[in-house]
Amino acid sequence: MMTSILTKRIREANAQGRTALIPFLPAGFPDLDRFWTELEALDNAGASVIEIGMPFSDPVADGPAVEAASLHSLELGVNLDYILDGLIERKGRFNAGLLLMGYLNPVLQYGPKRFAKRCEQAGVSGLIIADMPADESTELRETLDAHGVSLIPLVGLNTGPERMKLYAECGNGFCYFVSVLGTTGQRDELPAEVLQKLQEAKAAFDIPIALGFGIHKPEQLEELQGLADAAVFGSALINHINEGGTCTSFMERWK
Amino acid sequence: MKKGYFGDFGGQFVPELLMPPLIELERAMDEILYTEDFQNDFKRLLKDNVGRPSALTPCPNLSKDTGVNIWLKREDLNHSGAHKINNTLGQALLARKMGKKVLLTETGAGMNGVAVATAAAMMDMKCLVYMGAKDVERQEPNVRRMEVLGAEIIPVESGTRTLKDAINAALRRWIATQSDTHYCFGTAAGPHPFPLLVRELQAVISEEARQQFLDRTGRLPDAVSACVGGGSNAIGAFHHFVPDESVRLVGVEAAGSGEEGCHNSAPLNLGTEGVLHGMRTRLLQTDEGQILPSHSIAPGLDYPGVGPEHAGLQQSGRAEYVTINDSQALNAFKLLARREGIIPALESSHALAWALENADDLQGQHILVNLSGRGDKDMGIVAGLI
Repeated sequence: MMTSILTKRIREANAQGRTALIPFLPAGFPDLDRFWTELEALDNAGASVIEIGMPFSDPVADGPAVEAASLHSLELGVNLDYILDGLIERKGRFNAGLLLMGYLNPVLQYGPKRFAKRCEQAGVSGLIIADMPADESTELRETLDAHGVSLIPLVGLNTGPERMKLYAECGNGFCYFVSVLGTTGQRDELPAEVLQKLQEAKAAFDIPIALGFGIHKPEQLEELQGLADAAVFGSALINHINEGGTCTSFMERWK
Repeated sequence: MKKGYFGDFGGQFVPELLMPPLIELERAMDEILYTEDFQNDFKRLLKDNVGRPSALTPCPNLSKDTGVNIWLKREDLNHSGAHKINNTLGQALLARKMGKKVLLTETGAGMNGVAVATAAAMMDMKCLVYMGAKDVERQEPNVRRMEVLGAEIIPVESGTRTLKDAINAALRRWIATQSDTHYCFGTAAGPHPFPLLVRELQAVISEEARQQFLDRTGRLPDAVSACVGGGSNAIGAFHHFVPDESVRLVGVEAAGSGEEGCHNSAPLNLGTEGVLHGMRTRLLQTDEGQILPSHSIAPGLDYPGVGPEHAGLQQSGRAEYVTINDSQALNAFKLLARREGIIPALESSHALAWALENADDLQGQHILVNLSGRGDKDMGIVAGLI
């Protein structure tokens, strides 16, 4: 399999001696027009990969900030066509790798084959489906693979060696390591066992490891040096925008 | 058939962080649930604390009125007032044998919450109940009952503020507390192994009813009717009759007001295939896969999904699924109360209504209706409506 652009972008940042940044922005947030401006701002501010949230009515893995943004986007009429049409229109404008994150049901109703094809057309290189463990993912993964879209493996603190191996065998792009047993959202301290578990993940995967859930301040990246190749942050960015900030002002702190 | 599936339905569509506790639960089922030790303890609890076997009650007046021989399986006579206690006591017992200290659950109408709170008190376990904020307001008596039983109620303000949002919140809590907490899923839905586990614990309904019916009449019923929300009472009432091909299995969904375009709780009849709450099943959803609000006059049926085994039974043709609207259910509620002196839950009234509404086609037949719960909780809803 060809090396994913997601892997390449993360490795490029690592080669410059820094942790790659993966901001998460829910599609249509904070509004239908500004979303596209903010997306380009993230790209210009040095994001290695941008994770775009696909809204779902019942986002069981998300914390309050992401859930509220997601439900707001649905009220504004955001759907998969809004996202994919908008990205197709802007194809070639982004240096960052593009990733969609959401839940299985909207993708199923859209049609996995149609979805995968349009992701390819839109320059989307990866997909995170929060409610689909490896055990259920074979068919979708094969469909996505045919269009060069990576299904990103998600592992966490309670992922044992057997399941880590399962994900390592089928994962592509990068591995998303969930830092807490909980939902998305800001936390002041990472659990102590995170560093130990990250070492296990580093040993199991030959793709980069991105740490997500709970990351909200640049200082947290320092303790991750050498263990996490990338850091994902969403709730902190959403809160910053809700408080009147922009993606540009948020990203300045992280450079 | 693929593990955890019923036909095309079922599975484990959850965040990876929930897979370890689901695997742990599946292993506990294999190692504990079917042992003589567990089964003896469970049967003793059902006898001493729930009051099983529950009665099989003929309805002479309604049968005379309609020409249909109507029999009721009386889950309403169970301790705490509904079939829910069969499942919650079984899961609580299993959880305690697994070394868990906390029972976590969700509830819509409050009956599952009351049953879990009851089981937790009996097993000396802590109980957390997630409940949509809207349901907390409209089911106040059951909220008080849960509190008296020592449960902590956590109102859920997100989404539609009803059962589906309570399930989302409870699943999130379980991710964070899985080491000492068992999620006592309230119905035969959710990710594998819950649909199987709840079915096994509720199958006592049909195991008893089949034997009671044979003892009383020397034959099997022509049909078994049960209401379907998530589907636990119905799957329990159906299970031991599934091999009896002469017995029609009729699941009754709630059609809401019955008007075209109204909110309903009938995903098997009016929904489409999709994935929610860890399972592939039939759902009320938009063309874009967003979950629609559901509605029924019976709060316990108010759920946009359905347990996957029902979707599988529908797919195979072994069971048929029909709809009854709010006013038909209210009529059945009224008739059973006034003609037989039994006040049924509004949920169970849907199952009875199927027999009453189809009396012309069922003349002389023997129909077993699963009376899944009692109607005390529904007095506030029916006041002024009947």
